[in-house]
Amino acid sequence: MPMSLSPNLPPDQQREMLRQMLAIRRFEERASADYQTGKIYGVVHCYIGEEAVAVGVCTALDRGDRIISTHRGHGHCIAKGADLNRMMAELYGRQTGYCKGKGGSMHIADFGIGMLGANGIVAGGISIITGAGLAAQMEGKGGVAVSFFGDGASNAGPFHECLNIAATWKLPMLYVCENNLYAAQTSAAATHALPDVAARAAGYGIPGVVVDGNDIFAVHQAASRAVDRARSGDGPTLIECKTYRQRAHTERKGQPDPRDKAEVEAWQQRDPIALLERQLREQGDLDDVGLRTIERDVMEALEAAVAFAEASPFPLPEQATDDVFAA
Amino acid sequence: MRELTYNEAALEAIAEEMRRDPRVFYMSTDALPPLMNEFGPSRIKVTPIAEAAMTGMGIGAAGSGFRPIVDWRQVTFCFVAMDQIVNQAAKIHYMFGGQVTFPMLFRASVGGGGQVAAQHSQSPYSMFMNVAGLKMFLPSTPYDMKGLIKTAIRDNNPVISFESGRLMGRKGPVPEEDYCIPFGVADVKRSGDDVTVVALAWLVHEALAAAEELAKEGISVEVVDPRTLVPLDTATIRASVRKTGRLVIADEAGPTCGFSAEVAAVVTEDAATFASLKAPVKRVCALPVPIPYSPVLESAVFPDRGRIIAGIREVVAS
Repeated sequence: MPMSLSPNLPPDQQREMLRQMLAIRRFEERASADYQTGKIYGVVHCYIGEEAVAVGVCTALDRGDRIISTHRGHGHCIAKGADLNRMMAELYGRQTGYCKGKGGSMHIADFGIGMLGANGIVAGGISIITGAGLAAQMEGKGGVAVSFFGDGASNAGPFHECLNIAATWKLPMLYVCENNLYAAQTSAAATHALPDVAARAAGYGIPGVVVDGNDIFAVHQAASRAVDRARSGDGPTLIECKTYRQRAHTERKGQPDPRDKAEVEAWQQRDPIALLERQLREQGDLDDVGLRTIERDVMEALEAAVAFAEASPFPLPEQATDDVFAA
Repeated sequence: MRELTYNEAALEAIAEEMRRDPRVFYMSTDALPPLMNEFGPSRIKVTPIAEAAMTGMGIGAAGSGFRPIVDWRQVTFCFVAMDQIVNQAAKIHYMFGGQVTFPMLFRASVGGGGQVAAQHSQSPYSMFMNVAGLKMFLPSTPYDMKGLIKTAIRDNNPVISFESGRLMGRKGPVPEEDYCIPFGVADVKRSGDDVTVVALAWLVHEALAAAEELAKEGISVEVVDPRTLVPLDTATIRASVRKTGRLVIADEAGPTCGFSAEVAAVVTEDAATFASLKAPVKRVCALPVPIPYSPVLESAVFPDRGRIIAGIREVVAS
């Protein structure tokens, strides 16, 4: 399947999309490696293979717009402009991390850039970001709010409650379902009455769009249309991005992964970064030198983030009781 | 002084705070007419019956600079929003390193006595006391209601206002002027020397009636109303017990891991207070059963002034 063309995006912006996708990919490859060696604790969920969704959608947003993420949240953070140093320091459990070492991989937020947080509860973010959509509507400054969630969350109650309210109140929202076909180890086919989550939009009287989630231009075009609709007061859109998680549910060794090998390989053949790279080369907007420059920039930023995290102090034990309540 | 009902005092506090701060708005499954008449649909949001959504939306709006009031009506209905309360609202400020504040007021009526059976006669505040990151209060008078609601709306944290269903129509003096009652400050509703009764909400009034009756027999009862559950005014409770040497705790909730258990622990784990005890601590609580419908069964389950009197006699005798 060929990629969509995106005549409206200047080449610089297209290369920036590639850079952000690579930044997510390399960040997570490093996070996984450091997790295996015990420098990162708890659990790490990688977004590898789904980068076109976060970057495609966030490229259609302004800095003042707000998003919320899932347990698989590194990609959304980076696409919204989060600081890699503070992200990596958080994974390392350090004082300088986004959450002062209190959140870890599943709970990175940066309210300053409108990133309202990764969330460890499936469907936990949908209602929170719908409240941010209500806030944007009350502010009246044209802001929009984006809920990223997975196919698993689409079967939980808050999905229905929030889409109904957002549609009824015409909230400036994008509901972006990253359908990677599996909720942990359970296939969407076994848990969804219909194959397309987007079909449910009809029940709320809002547009429901299915896009190839590995085609960043298709994602970006759908998101741009939905953002225009939201900003002009016409209400929410449900966008379903069909995509695939190339790795297991988490980076923990020895997990069951019941997915068919051929299925995994077929999706790897449609890797969203490789697709964009090929498209940019065909357009004449990227050559070997250009790609090497992007890769070098990404790796320099990543190494700097790791060095920052390594050099950062751990929190003090007595800081465990800080921030239970705000002043 | 002018008198208002418990319920009117709450609405007056909310209306005053909404006039004072345009960031305050209200979400509820039904519009409260006085608020809707004054503030209109831009600030009084009538939601579908979707407590999970409206509670979570409160969090998102709070994190975006607003100060939402989310009215669950009966506490019963908030159980469908437990993810948003326990996993999200209580933890979000801490979990994200204190980046922004989440000022929210949740309202919920509690208690029994209305013959509406098990699902609509609950007092589950201790479940929420157990969750770090939530503040909460349970007033016994219209005066306390107004002052505590105003403090809650100005607080930068999620706060639950538990409101006694039995007291909604009860009148009391309420100043017309602006005043706030700080959290974590108990009110000694009656001073006494022989026994301390720590009571909540409706049982404050039952304890005061019990104290009046026992005064005729020469038993001097001190009635302490904590008012806020989190933070709890442990200093006032301990000081009262050190003075009287005896403690009865009256709570419309069941005893297990409840508010009453917490107060008993607060008193007994403090060495000086423990040393002052002249009798075992007595709890007067609901029986540990779902609340039944029939008036005969319902009144068999709940504590009242008669049981408080019996509890006081027991600790005074020992």
